[in-house]
Amino acid sequence: MTRPSDEAMLDAPFRSAAPAGRAGFGALLKSEWTKFRTVRGWLVALLVAGLVTFAVGALSATGSKRECAGPDGQPCAVHIPPVGPNGQSVTDRFTFVHQDLPGDGTVTARVSSLTGDGAAPEPWAKAGLIVKADLTEGSRYAAVMLTGGHGVRWQYDFTADAAGTTGDAAAPSTAPRWLRLTRSGDTIAGYDSADGVSWNAVGTATIPFPGTVQIGMFVTSPDHTVTVQRFGGTETNSEASQAIAAFDNVAVNGGAGDWADTQVGGDDGGPGPTPNAGFTEANGTFTITGSGDIAPAVAGPEGNTVERSLAGVFAGLIVVMVLGSVFITSEYRRGLIRTTLAARPQRGQLLAAKALVIGVVTFVVGVITSALTFWIVGAIRRANGVNVMPVSWQTDLRVIAGTAALLAVSSVFALAVGTLLRRAVGAVTITVVLVVLPYVLAVASVLPSGAAQWLLRVTPAAGFAIQQSTPVYQQVDATYLPSSGYFPLSPLGGFAVLCGWTALALALAAVSLRRRDAAA
Amino acid sequence: MTAATGSRPGPELLRALHSEWTKLRTVPGPATLLILTVLLTVGLSAGIAGAVSCGSAGCQQDPARSGLAGFALGQATIAIFAVLMVGGEYGSGMIRSTLTATTGRTTVLAAKAALLTAVVLAAGIPAALGSWLTGRLLLPGNGFTAEHGTQLLGLGDGPTLRAVLGSVLYLALVALLSLGVATAVRDAATAIGIVLGLLYLFPIMVGLVTNPDWHRHLQQIAPMNAGLAIQDTVGLDQMPIGPWSGLGVLAAWAAAALLIGWSVFTVRDA
Repeated sequence: MTRPSDEAMLDAPFRSAAPAGRAGFGALLKSEWTKFRTVRGWLVALLVAGLVTFAVGALSATGSKRECAGPDGQPCAVHIPPVGPNGQSVTDRFTFVHQDLPGDGTVTARVSSLTGDGAAPEPWAKAGLIVKADLTEGSRYAAVMLTGGHGVRWQYDFTADAAGTTGDAAAPSTAPRWLRLTRSGDTIAGYDSADGVSWNAVGTATIPFPGTVQIGMFVTSPDHTVTVQRFGGTETNSEASQAIAAFDNVAVNGGAGDWADTQVGGDDGGPGPTPNAGFTEANGTFTITGSGDIAPAVAGPEGNTVERSLAGVFAGLIVVMVLGSVFITSEYRRGLIRTTLAARPQRGQLLAAKALVIGVVTFVVGVITSALTFWIVGAIRRANGVNVMPVSWQTDLRVIAGTAALLAVSSVFALAVGTLLRRAVGAVTITVVLVVLPYVLAVASVLPSGAAQWLLRVTPAAGFAIQQSTPVYQQVDATYLPSSGYFPLSPLGGFAVLCGWTALALALAAVSLRRRDAAA
Repeated sequence: MTAATGSRPGPELLRALHSEWTKLRTVPGPATLLILTVLLTVGLSAGIAGAVSCGSAGCQQDPARSGLAGFALGQATIAIFAVLMVGGEYGSGMIRSTLTATTGRTTVLAAKAALLTAVVLAAGIPAALGSWLTGRLLLPGNGFTAEHGTQLLGLGDGPTLRAVLGSVLYLALVALLSLGVATAVRDAATAIGIVLGLLYLFPIMVGLVTNPDWHRHLQQIAPMNAGLAIQDTVGLDQMPIGPWSGLGVLAAWAAAALLIGWSVFTVRDA
């Protein structure tokens, strides 16, 4: 090795004679990963994040034991909601006047009146024609119906709902109304008509029914619910309601046997008086009384959604936010940032490497934590008598992975804010206040529902929507509140809001990292 | 050395107070945080007072609570302030100079706690009065009127005055709780995580637990839920905990945190 002359040294900037480090992004990732895994406190923090997530979930599950006693102290019957064809929890309770349908066929009837029990019918009281695989709760069906306040509807397999072509939302069709339902192979089609002469197609569905099915008329009426906003909370009261409908001009093609009536779902699956359900027939007019609903089940304030098992994620979030901020701010505190930047002058890449390391690490820990918590806490809740509403396995997976993603993105958010502020305390506070406080204000405080919904749309707390397992159904009137697990944005939409905040913070952090002197 | 400081506790405490005051007053951070506390508290109070409304069915909201709701946010900046008073010194190594200058560790902690209380009270009063004033201006426009059964009362009314001044005490107790936690764990980031967790996680838990007994007990022991009971002026008989006993629960949390902090601080090497 020849020593450069003094003159050359003055002219050229100093270059170390040591071999240059590998310049790839992979090396940078490796060095950031080494920094992370060699600090014992951070690994402990990851463990703590997992443990508190589990502990808070387990504690709230233990505190949510369903205690139900009748007037004489006897345990009350628990009605376990049936599971529909898509694997989700459903309500399936109605009065069914039916006969066998071995093959193809048609049923036609005119709904001449639909009333409530001495009152106007519930908006979603239903009277119409249905073809159903069998008489058990939760079996597949397709139905065309007249409703109390939403005109003619076409519904099948609990979740599908479409409005009839005639009558608009402002002036929905009312009784009398002609309805027709046909089965042709696997195709079920519904029609409606004002006069029984000219028919409009309302909808079709392809359902491969096995052999003989039940076809006929049905009437049902959902619970009447009233929601009252009280000091620091919302109270929902519901009571059973009834609908009474008269059908005439009933005609069946391809049916077999006589008319029989069945209370699908039992006489009364819920609280309140058993309705006087059944049917009478006089001069070809069938008068049918029914109570219940044929619809997807909806989560209530008692907390029976699957994601409630993962409620402890709030505690885990605070821990990973501390971790995310400290991952960068400790470098400033200890002056390590100067070494880091000397080794890797591309500051944008440094931020990307740190974000990737902290994001992937929290995601992996988050997946393990939320999967274990999901199953163990879920089992505790079921053992405590909570009717955890089943959902499809895809939704289960989305809730688990979404919770892990929530932890990961939040830690990256905290890292970005930490890079901007260079102080962990401020970064932790800002991220916790932005992510957790809106949720606290929305579910547990004085805010009216409009303001609460607004907060859960625009703040990073919108991201909690990724945990929502049951969607809002237009065909079920219920109080869809954040405290029951319903968010104003869709799961991915809400999560995108959180990601947007994180991307914005990362961009600002990258600019600040590039422009500002690291030692200042 | 211990004997010498023990013989003159008064002057040493005064000197410690003076030096703590100098540390606070000569850097811009603390003053900014206090101003931010006032602004955030009044701002969120105004926002919530502007959002709540009273229907014709009558008000289901406590006017004092709605007007003073900003303390849910203001407590966060106060927590930063208190955590940095100790945690900041550990971060910069300043704690060694502090403990060289004042060797009695109890004195150091007492001076910090006393000064913190005084400063937070001073910041809390404008925050509380400002929030109350915005509520007073905004709430009648949202239906909080005598026709809807809600009388907005002035500061001369006992419960209203208690809610306003009690909110100031609430801030001071949150500050002392944070000071205790920061002294115990010594790391500012961890301390703020613990404090915010204690404050914000309990209300979420309260919303999740459905067993009525658990629900009530959680509200009685949660620092934020119990402490903010001091703002209740309506329907006191239905509340899980009374105003002063609620503030007492928060005081117990603060005392416990300070006690743990003090015992660790006096024993452990800085």
